[in-house]
Amino acid sequence: MSEPGLSPISADRASAGAASAGPAGVGPAGAVGRRLRVSAWVIALLILPLVVDATAGRAWVRILDVSLIFALLAMGLNVVVGFAGLLDLGYIAFFAVGAYAYALLASPQFDLHLSFILLLPLGAAAAALFGVMLGAPTLKLRGDYLAIVTLGFGEIIRIFLNNLNRPVNITNGPFGITRIDPLSIGSFSLAQPHTLFGITIAPIHAYYYVLLACVAASMVICRRLQFSRIGRAWVAIREDEVAARAMGINTRNLKLLAFAIGATFGGVAGGLFAAVQGFVSPESFTLYDSIMVLCMVVLGGMGHIRGVVLGAFVLTALPELLRLTGSLQRTWFGHVWIDPADLRMLLFGLALVLMMRWRPAGIWPAPHGRVGT
Amino acid sequence: MTAPERNAGATEHPSTGQLSAHSASAATARAADVLLEARRIGKRFGGLQALDGVSITVRRGEIYGLIGPNGAGKTTLFNCLTGLYSHDAGEFRFDGAALDTGSPDRVARSGIARTFQNIRLFGAMSVLDNVMVGRHSRTRGGVFGAILRTAGTRAEESAIRNRALDLLGYVGLQERADEQARTLPYGDQRRLEIARALATDPQLLALDEPAAGMNAAETNALRALIERIRADGVTVLLIEHDVKLVMGLCDRVAVLDFGVRIAEDVPAVIQRNAEVIRAYLGAGDD
Repeated sequence: MSEPGLSPISADRASAGAASAGPAGVGPAGAVGRRLRVSAWVIALLILPLVVDATAGRAWVRILDVSLIFALLAMGLNVVVGFAGLLDLGYIAFFAVGAYAYALLASPQFDLHLSFILLLPLGAAAAALFGVMLGAPTLKLRGDYLAIVTLGFGEIIRIFLNNLNRPVNITNGPFGITRIDPLSIGSFSLAQPHTLFGITIAPIHAYYYVLLACVAASMVICRRLQFSRIGRAWVAIREDEVAARAMGINTRNLKLLAFAIGATFGGVAGGLFAAVQGFVSPESFTLYDSIMVLCMVVLGGMGHIRGVVLGAFVLTALPELLRLTGSLQRTWFGHVWIDPADLRMLLFGLALVLMMRWRPAGIWPAPHGRVGT
Repeated sequence: MTAPERNAGATEHPSTGQLSAHSASAATARAADVLLEARRIGKRFGGLQALDGVSITVRRGEIYGLIGPNGAGKTTLFNCLTGLYSHDAGEFRFDGAALDTGSPDRVARSGIARTFQNIRLFGAMSVLDNVMVGRHSRTRGGVFGAILRTAGTRAEESAIRNRALDLLGYVGLQERADEQARTLPYGDQRRLEIARALATDPQLLALDEPAAGMNAAETNALRALIERIRADGVTVLLIEHDVKLVMGLCDRVAVLDFGVRIAEDVPAVIQRNAEVIRAYLGAGDD
């Protein structure tokens, strides 16, 4: 144990004791209310895909699945950008590493069909390794300079994947890898519908539950990291690197750790993405995608876990909603005046400007005074 | 540093109001007990010799003042000592061994904590979290312990919190524990920086102009705090412009001028030193 005795220099024990009693007290009534709230959330999230399927259609369940994958990415990037304050514009590279690790080892490409139980940790580890590879040479860079290097890194990974089909075909180049194995244990595969208690669960729903479990676990992990010695050190580095070093924080190791952990989330998300889609190609890992994940973090509420998850959902769902404006325009005006894709960019730009003006800390910023504000 | 050492320090130094005479004799009684020694430290910035063979000797348990006109090299010496700059010549010896000034975090782990002339708090963090960060180098909790929230990690975390609360009480900021650091008034920010530095369990606390910008009442409170810190067994190295504060508070004082240490002695002698007077009043030959 690290702190025997704890004698402060000469403590006012009485006053310190009184102060510590303050924040600790959550009464039994609060605990019950909290439990009820959690149960309500769990039930709502469990029936959500069924409701969405019945009302909005299966396509929207798919969008939910994609949102959950992006929520994982946003949480991972939040560790790097939100907690440690390292601006990373090539984060999607780790997503690509995880996706391709899974795709190459569980598809007809090399006729390897390893289990996802092995592949997800492997993809995570590979991504973490790439995280350290990116982090190590950029340790002394900050702000704009770091952003430029990470941007280059993201593009390098994508271009590699795009060109690794000659002279030896590894990634199949721009055509990508198809027929990737779905998540399965033995003969139980998520790609087939299953019947549970008389309810048939379609694959897309089953994936929703798997992804939901991953997002929930990631939120717990991120939260625990945030309110730990490590999380505090990250925020200290973000706030003032010189002071952090003077307080005994080994900034080199902690920055590498932030890159590695952020990349790990990207790697896991990539593996799940490959399994859900059954197809990966370099097109999914462009600079645009990196920027989108960054926007999820920034718009959602940098440093705030629930905020960035919300950001992921909003920014995944909005373009799909805007797609509907195409048919609306046709029914109202008999003609599409503004292409939904253009409208998306217009509104997106407008949203960014408005956010910077009125909610610079994000849609759902962290409460004041907490670590990671 | 361990608790017994501190308590020993506390009994040896009952805080009395009149410091200069009393503590000077206490310091001479333990003249052999050197905590920090700077040996002929040199530092050059381009064409400017910021430090030129500066040697100082800080004894365990004393309040040691470092004064000099603006640009004399005081903060440069601090930065060399705490690993923010690398010095070109000389060496530091701390607690009987050569001090590795290769990186600031290693210096902090060796037992030297500092504050900054222009306050450098972690502005967005709470007051309490700022102090908790100071415990970083004395604790071990890692990633897996945090994720799994093991019993060991939880115990360490609550120990960190309690210690930080104690230290906030020590500097009189316990009421403000949950406020955002950047919202504190100036004097409180200075005291928070001291609490954060103390959280690293230093043997030597290096304060860079702690009274800068303070009013008379705040300066008096600061003076009482520094005396209390010393009484509790932490040696204090102090850069300060407020000559009255330095002369009243410090056991011994070194004077820097243009990167050269021109005097080192008890305040009473320093005040009569012709070279020091010349440096301050500018009646010199340059």
